[in-house]
Amino acid sequence: MVEKKVDKNRRKFLTNSVTFVGGAGAAIAMWPFLASMKPSARARAAGGPVEVDISKMEPGQKIDLIWRKKPIWIIRRTPEMVKSLEDNRVKFRDTNSDNEAQQPDFAKNRHRSMNSEYLVLEGICTHLGCNPSYRPEIAPADLGKDWSGGFFCACHGSRFDLAGRVYRGVPAGANLKVPPHKYLSATRIVIGVMPDKEVA
Amino acid sequence: MSNKPQGLLSWIDARFPLIKVWEEHFAKYYAPKNFNFWYFFGSLALVVLVIQIFTGIFLTMHYKPDANLAFASIEYIMRDVEFGWLIRYMHSTGASAFFIVIYLHMFRALLYGSFKKPRELLWLFGMVIYVALMAEAFMGYLLPWGQMSYWGAQVIVNLFSTIPYVGEDLAIWIRGDFAVSDSTLTRFYAFHVAAVPLFLVFLVFLHIVSLHAVGSNNPDGIEIKENKNADGVPLDGIPFHPYYTVKDIVGLAVFLFFFSLVVFYMPELGGYFIEHSNFIPANPLVTPDHIAPLWYFTPFYSILRAIPDTGGGAFAMLLSLGILFFLPWIDQNPIKSIRYRSMLFKVNLFVFVLSFFVLGWLGMRAPVPVYSEMALRFSELYFLYFVILWFLSKPRPRLISYMYFIFLLGIITLYDFMRVNEDTQVLVSIGWLLPFLFLAFMFLLPMFTNINEDRIVPERIT
Repeated sequence: MVEKKVDKNRRKFLTNSVTFVGGAGAAIAMWPFLASMKPSARARAAGGPVEVDISKMEPGQKIDLIWRKKPIWIIRRTPEMVKSLEDNRVKFRDTNSDNEAQQPDFAKNRHRSMNSEYLVLEGICTHLGCNPSYRPEIAPADLGKDWSGGFFCACHGSRFDLAGRVYRGVPAGANLKVPPHKYLSATRIVIGVMPDKEVA
Repeated sequence: MSNKPQGLLSWIDARFPLIKVWEEHFAKYYAPKNFNFWYFFGSLALVVLVIQIFTGIFLTMHYKPDANLAFASIEYIMRDVEFGWLIRYMHSTGASAFFIVIYLHMFRALLYGSFKKPRELLWLFGMVIYVALMAEAFMGYLLPWGQMSYWGAQVIVNLFSTIPYVGEDLAIWIRGDFAVSDSTLTRFYAFHVAAVPLFLVFLVFLHIVSLHAVGSNNPDGIEIKENKNADGVPLDGIPFHPYYTVKDIVGLAVFLFFFSLVVFYMPELGGYFIEHSNFIPANPLVTPDHIAPLWYFTPFYSILRAIPDTGGGAFAMLLSLGILFFLPWIDQNPIKSIRYRSMLFKVNLFVFVLSFFVLGWLGMRAPVPVYSEMALRFSELYFLYFVILWFLSKPRPRLISYMYFIFLLGIITLYDFMRVNEDTQVLVSIGWLLPFLFLAFMFLLPMFTNINEDRIVPERIT
């Protein structure tokens, strides 16, 4: 029998390729486990659009509903509130709603809504997801004399005006988000779908 | 007759290195003879880990990881399960006790330079344990499904959504839903009772193996392995068993005295160990007026809030935790123990500990302007600790000292100019004095005194 010399290079190649293929296989095998942590079909289905009747809202009133487990606010602003939005032109980080992730195009205006009277917002602070409180009163003791109505997040002190615009010098970096929504009629809003083209 | 093992012991020893392990890690494991008070906390941490695992197992027998049932099942444990209140309070008190013990254990390392060569890896394993423990505590706190559980989780998970581009999807993936919900609760339960504890136990094993490979440091910071007798036994070492096993039992007795005091007489400790809002069931539509994490997270939470920008705050918080990993490479001074370090080192460490306490206290308060300003200033002092530790690694020329002073004060002042406005002028100016005085003490005063001089380290343990 012929004594064969061990070819170390071939062995090394074999070891490396087995390590690589095995390692890649193990990494790919993690996929089903990681994917199982994504929102399930049920959670996604529960995230469908939500319809709401706004005919009974009083001026200045705020109602809460839930869409995708997130609080959604609808606020019927009084004429004074709408006027205060026109007057208040200072101290905002993103006065003209240039950050496109925070609202659909139809809300890129001074009152950040389709209809200047009704404001639709996600009630989640853009800092770390707390629930800001609705503080429509003017200059309350705890918020200071400059407060002209808006939303205050007690977690970390972020302040927003009555259009959900964030003030400067607070932890939150973006305006409150306007969810996709459309009017089915003058008194019915559906949250979670974009308006049809002709309406927008 | 020799002292060779007989009977059952010899049967086992032929199949498993029982006696070898016993001798290597207990009977003939030599530890420095001069351990003091600060050396209790390693073994106490191990005891608390056992308490947590043991009580945790019994809690899982009655707890229901379901958003509709969780809150009620905790009340059921408290009222209807025999001794349920005791087991649950031991577990909740154990969580806080764990952090008290770990913080003292880490402070010991800062005092005596226990993270320095050759114990860098030991320190790193310890840091990973600390971070895993934070994850374990955070996920465990969601399980009672109270208001603070829910909103605490909401805030912390949202930290991930500050990561550019992938953040939002990552946060949804972690929660398994668009907001913290039942699917978040069940996965946190899985991590809290299975994944993280297994990981923790494994890490503790690595921590102890690496400790026993390099041996313990001691209050003098002198390596006992450098002075051995003819048999290779360190001259300043004593066997771990019986000397330190007995010492640690005394420490354990004192610890259990305080632990029991809390468990039986003040399990909520005035809202510090269990927050009051957590006795209200979770409500996704109403944030409590004031959200504060439990006390052991509040120093980092203060740093998060100190910077008025979501991404910047999250980064500062991550940095404040991450920088601890690099401690062995930041402090390169060859002298380990505080006993032989300069006055500047002592003051620096004192200010660091003070900052940690003040930040912790501020993290429990509502963020009014004065507190926010204080949080920023003490965050600056927190980070300056590491810069000065680096600076004190070796003697430096005067000119370098001047340059550090001007450079560091310059950065802080520049940042103040960027953020100051007419409303905050006074507050920012007063606050500025804090880093100014500290930097002047650290970099200018040594030019006129000898407070920057280290002392001579003796050859042998004193």
